[in-house]
Amino acid sequence: MHLRRLSLTDFRSYAETDLNLEPGITTFVGSNGQGKTNLVEAAAYLATFGSHRVATDAPLIRSGADRAILRAVIFAAGRDSLLEVEINPGRANRVRLNKAPARPRDALGVFRCVLFAPEDIVVVKGDPDQRRRYLDDLLVALRPRYAAVRADYERVLRQRTALLKSARASGAVPAGALEVWDDHLVAAGAQLTAGRLRLVEELRDLVSGSYSAVSGNNRDTGLEYRMSAQPAGHPPAAAGAPASAPAAAPAAAPAAAEPDAGKVAGCLREALALRRRAELERAVCLVGPHRDELELSIGGLPARGYASHGESWSMALALRLAAYQLLRAGGEDPVLMLDDVFAELDSERRERLAGLVAGAEQVLITAAVRQDVPGGLSGARFEVAEGAITSG
Amino acid sequence: MYEGVVQDLIDELGQLPGVGPKGAQRIAFYLLSADPIDVKRLAAVLVEVTERVKFCRVCFNVAEDDECRICKDVRRDPSVICVVEEPKDVAAIEKIREFRGRYHVLGGAISPIDGVGPDDLRIRELMTRLADGAVTEIILATDPNLEGEATATYLARLIKPIGLRVTRPASGLPVGGELEYADEVTLGRAFEGRRLVDV
Repeated sequence: MHLRRLSLTDFRSYAETDLNLEPGITTFVGSNGQGKTNLVEAAAYLATFGSHRVATDAPLIRSGADRAILRAVIFAAGRDSLLEVEINPGRANRVRLNKAPARPRDALGVFRCVLFAPEDIVVVKGDPDQRRRYLDDLLVALRPRYAAVRADYERVLRQRTALLKSARASGAVPAGALEVWDDHLVAAGAQLTAGRLRLVEELRDLVSGSYSAVSGNNRDTGLEYRMSAQPAGHPPAAAGAPASAPAAAPAAAPAAAEPDAGKVAGCLREALALRRRAELERAVCLVGPHRDELELSIGGLPARGYASHGESWSMALALRLAAYQLLRAGGEDPVLMLDDVFAELDSERRERLAGLVAGAEQVLITAAVRQDVPGGLSGARFEVAEGAITSG
Repeated sequence: MYEGVVQDLIDELGQLPGVGPKGAQRIAFYLLSADPIDVKRLAAVLVEVTERVKFCRVCFNVAEDDECRICKDVRRDPSVICVVEEPKDVAAIEKIREFRGRYHVLGGAISPIDGVGPDDLRIRELMTRLADGAVTEIILATDPNLEGEATATYLARLIKPIGLRVTRPASGLPVGGELEYADEVTLGRAFEGRRLVDV
């Protein structure tokens, strides 16, 4: 698929802008703070109905305006679709698809993209929640039914935490009250975990292939999903020396069959029973997919803490490229967006990344300096200055 | 802001469920321009409701006497109790005119976030009703959302050990609807609960 047109009204720094886009490569060049990222953010918003930079919608509205409107003409499966979103901070967004009102949930997936952004480095270097978010976002993009599973799980978690807190405050849990939420935590948690486990299996080879392609070396990469509720048959490999754990993990992986939701549910139940006291003392939910970790390793060492800046970047790019390949295998090519990414890479990595993305149906690139973008990526060029976009 | 009592009226109306600030203002000005006799009748009904309507001492449905119309009706089957969250759910189920059993109104659903636990619902009263052995089936008709499901799970865990039949209305595709319009969750539930076709 590709974007044919993108218009922004009162979005971030843009009062009104209208862009015609072509398939292939389009580069937006401009100094920092001119509004390049805002363009990419707008396009990505149409895919997820959320921003990759901020958690709430209020900062997306141009100051002084009370709502922002995004419109895009998307060409996919041989036809154009018009997707319009009115962003109302503090209230529900209004979505229209081909001029007819649509529920945001139903309009998810009309536009699909993979965004590479400077923030991606935190997926490798940051806290585990960043890696869980990477998995969950991709899971929802691939299989939209997980949007409901994820929302259910978060709600169960809030209810159960509220119960634990009130139990700690009053010094007692009403008989049977916690068990009810255990049932629901296990049911929703097992589904979410099983979805993530399957996704990690699908990603493993793609990430390792992409890592070699970007970094130019053949060091092994590893992806291990570690449940906070360890299966009884698989004691945590990390029990001994933490540094040696990921090295052992890839060898064990092929033997472990993909656990189904039923097996995961069993593990969650066991772990809940074990941690019950600690949960009551601390008034926190300690078991479930919200405490799980996706361990990334490069050459047998954990990426987090051990990898160099360059290696971390290669890993971050490999995760996005693998996501792109997975989404692509599901049908239409998603649109690739590279926001100020080349500036972070050395010249060899730049050239290799350029080679990897050059063949995509549509690639949108932003850069502060034209020279940062490898010469192989030629195509339409725009200059961005003070929120105005001109063909350059 | 309006002067004194007009603003008071708008503020009071704004407390009602489903009424926002704009709606409250609209209703207030409608009342101001309406026939004073109509408005007085509305006021009288509001006062009467607060004074006369009580909750049935058996099932906690709204009632004008100690017991509600349904609990007083000897033709209703005493062996089946349908458990619901609110009195409006009783009205909804009564509309199908098929259910001939009795009701029990919990007065809400378990929701720790809102500070509602099992002890805040009329669960103890329900258990007392089950004690005499006349009841053989409990239908858990709480809402099909997370809190309603949690309440149903809680009750099932409590009642099943007594040896009663515990059922829950089916979740799935709306009758007369079209499959393609169902959302994924509903459709998923409907597939889980699929049944054999009798021919």
